[in-house]
Amino acid sequence: MTATALLSQAVQLALALALAPLLVGWVNQCRAWLSNRSAPPLLLPYRTIRKLFMKDAVVASNASPLFRLTPYVVFGAMCCAAAIVPSLATDLPFALAADTIALVGLFALARVFIALAAMDIGTAFGSLGARREMFVGFLAEPALLMVLFTASLISGSTSLPSIVDTLAHRELAIYPSLAFAGVAFTMVSLAENARIPVDNPATHLELTMIHEAMVLEYSARHLALIEWASALKLFNYSCIGLALFFPFGIAQGSENWAAIALAVPVLVGKLALGGFLLALIETVSAKMRIFRAPEFLGTAFLLAVLAMLVHLLLGS
Amino acid sequence: MNVLPLYAQLINLFAAILLLLSFAMLAQRRVLSLIDLFAAQGLALAASTAIVAFGTGQHHLYWSAGLTLVLKVFLLPWILYRLIRQLDVKWDFERLINVPTTMLIGIVLVVFSFNLAVPISQLASTVTRSTLGIAMACVMLSFLMMITRRKAIPQVIGFLSMENGLFFAATSATYGMPMVVELGIALDVLVGVLILGVFFFQIREQFDSLDLKHLEKLKEGE
Amino acid sequence: MIEILAVLGIPLAGGLVLALMGERDEAAIVNIVASFATFVAAAVLTARVVTDGPMLALDKLFFVDSFNVFLVALTAFVGFTTSIFSRPYMRIERERGHVNAARLRLYHSMYQLFNFTMLLALLTNNMGILWVALEAATLTTVLLVSLYRTPASLEAAWKYFILCGVGIAQALFGTILLFFAAEKLLGAGGGALLWTELDAVKGQLEPTVLSLAFVFLLVGYGTKVGLVPLHNWLPDAHAEGPTPVSAVLSGLLLNVALYAVVRCKVLVEGAIPTAFAKNLMMGFGLLSVVVAAFLLSRQKDIKRLFAYSSIEHMGIITFAFGMGGAIANFAGLLHMTVHSLTKSAIFFAVGHATQKCGTQAIDGIRGLITTSPVIGWGLMIGTLAILGMPPFGVFASEFLILTTAMREQPWATPFLLVALGIAFASVFSKVQPMAFGEPVEARLPHRPAMIPVFVHLAIVLMLGLWIPPFLAAWYRQAALLIG
Repeated sequence: MTATALLSQAVQLALALALAPLLVGWVNQCRAWLSNRSAPPLLLPYRTIRKLFMKDAVVASNASPLFRLTPYVVFGAMCCAAAIVPSLATDLPFALAADTIALVGLFALARVFIALAAMDIGTAFGSLGARREMFVGFLAEPALLMVLFTASLISGSTSLPSIVDTLAHRELAIYPSLAFAGVAFTMVSLAENARIPVDNPATHLELTMIHEAMVLEYSARHLALIEWASALKLFNYSCIGLALFFPFGIAQGSENWAAIALAVPVLVGKLALGGFLLALIETVSAKMRIFRAPEFLGTAFLLAVLAMLVHLLLGS
Repeated sequence: MNVLPLYAQLINLFAAILLLLSFAMLAQRRVLSLIDLFAAQGLALAASTAIVAFGTGQHHLYWSAGLTLVLKVFLLPWILYRLIRQLDVKWDFERLINVPTTMLIGIVLVVFSFNLAVPISQLASTVTRSTLGIAMACVMLSFLMMITRRKAIPQVIGFLSMENGLFFAATSATYGMPMVVELGIALDVLVGVLILGVFFFQIREQFDSLDLKHLEKLKEGE
Repeated sequence: MIEILAVLGIPLAGGLVLALMGERDEAAIVNIVASFATFVAAAVLTARVVTDGPMLALDKLFFVDSFNVFLVALTAFVGFTTSIFSRPYMRIERERGHVNAARLRLYHSMYQLFNFTMLLALLTNNMGILWVALEAATLTTVLLVSLYRTPASLEAAWKYFILCGVGIAQALFGTILLFFAAEKLLGAGGGALLWTELDAVKGQLEPTVLSLAFVFLLVGYGTKVGLVPLHNWLPDAHAEGPTPVSAVLSGLLLNVALYAVVRCKVLVEGAIPTAFAKNLMMGFGLLSVVVAAFLLSRQKDIKRLFAYSSIEHMGIITFAFGMGGAIANFAGLLHMTVHSLTKSAIFFAVGHATQKCGTQAIDGIRGLITTSPVIGWGLMIGTLAILGMPPFGVFASEFLILTTAMREQPWATPFLLVALGIAFASVFSKVQPMAFGEPVEARLPHRPAMIPVFVHLAIVLMLGLWIPPFLAAWYRQAALLIG
């Protein structure tokens, strides 16, 4: 582990923290354009977070310490995840400590805490949201693991940086398994990030909301951290997707500062495109009833399993 | 890793698409979408056959591809569409097992057929040999679809898609059966669908419905 | 060569002519004439093959040896006698309003086409064409089974179509695997599906592929043979279609499907060193015999009763071919012949009996001996023959099969004996009151055609007492061919 490697790690983490709200703003802007509304400012998420940090926090009288702890745990988990997903360079000292399975574990940790906190207050919405969140999560996680396993099978390693290394350096060929895995991953990401068609991030309608129902009781800095963590989660998922399916442009090794410098605009470009596609998917699809979610995620799981089977049989 | 020639990659891709479409048909609720999926499957089949023909220089396969295109992409879906319009059944149909369970059974079937196919495809000399397992999986999935559906038309589409799987097995494992056999099979399929079309009307006339639960009167020992 | 074309061409042309000429009084006559001409052509072909030995014709597309030529003759003969029987039968059905002119036209045309597909399946040398012909046979018989357009007949035809369609799709997969194995030895041309070519190289075919192919082929064609547990369509199709169709289904279609199985078995036996194919066939055969025997006692419909009896006999034959060896194969071939003759004779008698009493329910048919002695005796003698009473031919073949089983597969003998005993008790106890019970009065508007019944039974009787030397030589030759 060298100092430069640590530096690149730090740069990447800082970039993730800085870019995550921008990505959310960008997606919201695209959604507004696509549905012929006038768009909110691109930097609105930053302002919201700043505004929330300046306010005084109000906490329910019956809240336990867990309730106060949760925003920090969630935010911390997302930061850790951002540290091990290779978005700029593949030489990440932190990534040695955790592989893809640990990554899924980090997301699960955040989910469990946020669900516990939602139930902590004892309001009806909190429990409802927590139940739905766990329901979606328990269906989405196996599918996500399957996608990651497929990528691991192809590259022979469960460590994200080495998967990216292998995938970026293979010869150009058609991989049906990766295509299936990509579709499955997109579906899982939609569900995990509380996006249409599973959840709608822009609604507070009690019949449909999942994520928003859980964070209703939070205010001020707690809410700011949670919002920021959600943005980071979206950023992390986007980066995993890009790393697995479009790994081109990610710098190899940490010595080459020019490559890292080049990787930044490439990443921003890819994220912009990905954000636009996300907005497009959200605009053209309708939110489905919560009871259809098992079918949606079941399909994702099926695709992921098919990807693995196809890889095993066809060797591609 | 060694890289296959482009046409073999394309065939693999189409094989994967065929498998995906088989699953989609298994999950599909609406009859009309089912027919569209069947047509799409036919298209993927025709395309992969044409690519095999191109890649291996087996020119008689162009004829098979053309035959598939005409029969399975245009003629049969058209007949089925007409039938449905005349019979006026386009709505959802119930199934015996719910979708996720069917899917899980489907995955088990795919694993089973892959296992069955592995020793065989190792013997094959064709570049496309590994797709034999996928063809077998498609056959099994269509079989599952026929079992889980209660209505007459989906059962027939399952039957036809089973034939698609068999055809794919023939092209991928052996570069196609002799032409005379393929013509005979195509003729049988076409005549079969026409006869079934007549049948639908008769079943409807007799039972006022295409639900096969009316067709369970004949039992053992009665 | 010219004989083969005649055997195939006459029924095909007959089917087209009958479709074009529409329903007239002469249609039934044309049907009989075409069937007779087919029979004559088949007889000439048989004579040729008996004197000249096996022949290949038309670029190896057709192949006749002593195994299939006897089935060709049998098929043409039963096709001919059934057409004689069907004339008065269908006239009565028409006058009773069960069928109209358009359906009769369909019936006659499909009858000839069905014969054509059967003969094509028997004569072709190409395993792919064999499949196509059997599938075409399914399609024609589906139309025949649903002829009455009653709910029950539609259900039977639907079940028949779906089950046999799925079954035969498995057989296609088996055929593809066979082609796949052979293609490496014989090249990708048409040669790799020709049975004669396959037979020549069967020792070098890949055993793994062939075992898997045989499972698919046996399940596929076995569905058409009516082997348990794939037999569900068979009783329904027999019971709900017109009786001449039941007669040809039992007498011809099952035989031809079994012929396909045996052809495949010959190849597989040559390719794999183990007794895999043998055991599989014996297992399926024995299971069919036992299950069918137990189901026989529960039947209330006379045609279903004899349909289950067909399953039982097909099981016996499958078992015999599964055992293999000269004697068992000889007995299997003999049993194929006598079963097909006896069972069609029984269906002729049953057809007239049901028309006379206006019902297919066993309880509704009583005292046939008193009201119409010819039908009654025909049914009674036929039943005794099919149950294996000496001196009929069924006894001879069953006796041979049982003694061979005792020697080679002693474990199977008790099952066979018990099953045959149960079958005897249940069928005899059901048919006896039909012949001798209190009569139910009814008259037939036309004279029944009972000559075919007694011709068939006489041949069966003769085969039980004395097998003509040329026939015996022929069976022996065929028995050696199937190994």
